[in-house]
Amino acid sequence: MLNRDEDILQAAETWQKQGHGVALATVVDTWGSAPRPAGSSLVINDEGTFLGSVSGGCVEGAVVTEALDVIASGQPKMLEFGVADETAWNVGLSCGGTIRVFVEKVG
Amino acid sequence: MKLEILKELNAERAARRPVIVVTDTSNGEQRLVKANEIAADPLRAELAKQLRMGKSGNVEVGAKKLFLNVYAPTAKLVIIGAVHISQALAPLARSLDYDVTVVDPRTAFASPERFPDVPLVAEWPDVALPPLNVDAYTAFVAVTHDPKIDDPALLHAFDRNCFYIGALGSRKTHAKRADRLRAQGAKDSDIARIHAPIGLDIGAVSPAEIAVAIMAEITAQLRLAPKEKEEAA
Repeated sequence: MLNRDEDILQAAETWQKQGHGVALATVVDTWGSAPRPAGSSLVINDEGTFLGSVSGGCVEGAVVTEALDVIASGQPKMLEFGVADETAWNVGLSCGGTIRVFVEKVG
Repeated sequence: MKLEILKELNAERAARRPVIVVTDTSNGEQRLVKANEIAADPLRAELAKQLRMGKSGNVEVGAKKLFLNVYAPTAKLVIIGAVHISQALAPLARSLDYDVTVVDPRTAFASPERFPDVPLVAEWPDVALPPLNVDAYTAFVAVTHDPKIDDPALLHAFDRNCFYIGALGSRKTHAKRADRLRAQGAKDSDIARIHAPIGLDIGAVSPAEIAVAIMAEITAQLRLAPKEKEEAA
């Protein structure tokens, strides 16, 4: 296991206490051969530092960008990513996976 | 996620108690349900099912779509006896994501050469077991065949509400063990919790096959609903 969820959620609490803006992104739906199951999460702080994973590296960059918006606005967001077959081939993932990721501010 | 919910979630997880976070993904509304609160919850059927499977997922309640995020502790397996079966059982259990510990006071058995990468405690059960925090998310298996080691270990397991207790030995051996445990104060209800002969009856012969039978029985105990368990037994 890469990052156990307990470390990720502990980091979310620690960052929050240190005064950082923090967001939590959680996989809530998967279709096809998505790389990480529902419940997988990523925690992001206002400096763009993140821990955990929602896709095994594929869409984390986009999630972090959206998470910074959520930290600023306080409004939760639902993101959807489809992994097109061609793209999937290029990044070496099994093809056809789709995930929905819920991003919310902590605190 | 509100900070209070996050703090409570982290505290429950540190204590190895299962929790479920229920989120209305349309507006971010959220609540935390502890395992002991499920029975009184309006979503009890859905919550109990997701928790048993150890799986997060969505449910639709009226017009609302709710995401149930399940945080179940990592299951532990405590193996009493660093014997041949344990050499097959420990790596199999690890591949099923259990945190495995092997206990055997006999240092000739409990050697790192025989158990590479497995935490070993070469102490008697009375010393070895209290620090292991055996709990409701622990499966407990006694396979030394030596009453001096197995019996005190089983008495410890009875007090800890383990979700599975198994002990090696034929029906005859188990009947004798039951008498000994009763003489040491065990209740009939405790003894009834021991799975013996250990493992699902799949005709296992070799140590590796016995390990498969044991992990199959432990999996059934962890995942099946009470009624399904009766049917499988």
